[in-house]
Amino acid sequence: MSKFRKKKKGMPGISTASLPDIVFMLLFFFMVTTVMRETDLKIKQTLPFATEVKKLERKSLVSYIYVGKSKVEGQGGDKIQLNDRISRVDDIKYFIFAERESHPEEEIPLLTTSIKADINSSVGTISDIKEELRNVNALKINYSTRKGDVSKNMK
Amino acid sequence: MARRELPEINAGSMADIAFLLLIFFLVTTTMDVDTGISRKLPEKQQDQDVPPPKLKEKNVFVVTVNRNNDIMIEGERFIQIDQLREEAIKFIDNGGGLGNPIDDAPAAECDWCEGTKDPASSDHPNKAIISLESNRGTNYGTYISVNNELVGAYTDLRNRLSKKLYNVSYTELLKQSKNDMQNESLKEKIKNIKGKYPQIISEQEPYK
Repeated sequence: MSKFRKKKKGMPGISTASLPDIVFMLLFFFMVTTVMRETDLKIKQTLPFATEVKKLERKSLVSYIYVGKSKVEGQGGDKIQLNDRISRVDDIKYFIFAERESHPEEEIPLLTTSIKADINSSVGTISDIKEELRNVNALKINYSTRKGDVSKNMK
Repeated sequence: MARRELPEINAGSMADIAFLLLIFFLVTTTMDVDTGISRKLPEKQQDQDVPPPKLKEKNVFVVTVNRNNDIMIEGERFIQIDQLREEAIKFIDNGGGLGNPIDDAPAAECDWCEGTKDPASSDHPNKAIISLESNRGTNYGTYISVNNELVGAYTDLRNRLSKKLYNVSYTELLKQSKNDMQNESLKEKIKNIKGKYPQIISEQEPYK
């Protein structure tokens, strides 16, 4: 019996001293590869699929316009979300002006507006947004999509 | 001697702190890359009196999408989305006549086109215009699909031409150029191909 007990005592415990290092490594990985979530979506959204996509470089130059149905039940129609709240089409120009304000002058021609619209929104809403963007001369746009076959859009 | 008495700081909770930070970053950040179809909107016309340029009907490829998401081409034929790319390529690549003069050179035929040279279809890729009409009630998904197929038609043609001229696809050229911004010969090649198949897609104001 005494022999047995001795053996048990001799088992070394696994050292947890390197655990913080491992976790820190993970932490740094996530800090480097991800970006802060900027807005809380107030609308329901599934992006459409496309194959001819381009990556958006330099996220600081991109401003987002979200389009979709409201998450609150009973509110029909497409809603436009700018920053953190649901807005009207007329507000887009102020949004763009505010966006331009926060960038140095030489970057203004590079500013891109990304339209993140729900797959089931109507072209009319999108066209209103585009018209508004043309009015303030924000001509570079990007229809945000996921990568995938277009046949998935037709359902 | 008194130094020896100093107790060591317990680092056991370090892992917990790190985990806490890790979880905080996991929750507040996103990893998704933004991809999408890039477009340039036409500038607002200052002068309303400028007459629109005269276009021959055969040089315009009309794609109409109605509120039931049906796709019609040239105002006469209903097609499915998977046929659209093929039809667009056939139209752009037709090369049935003389093109717009490039760099003061006299108007010439399209000698890189592989189309059927049908005189009733487009004259030249730089004259071929795709006009997209949509309804306000059209589904955005369908609209994106149509846009995607039209851009795809140009990409296919450019890839084909680039393979023929330089043995690499156009997409590959773009990728190389992005990694090597200073390379002028690459830029020249891209410009050449873009000039041979310019992407001319015009969007009409959606009708009600």
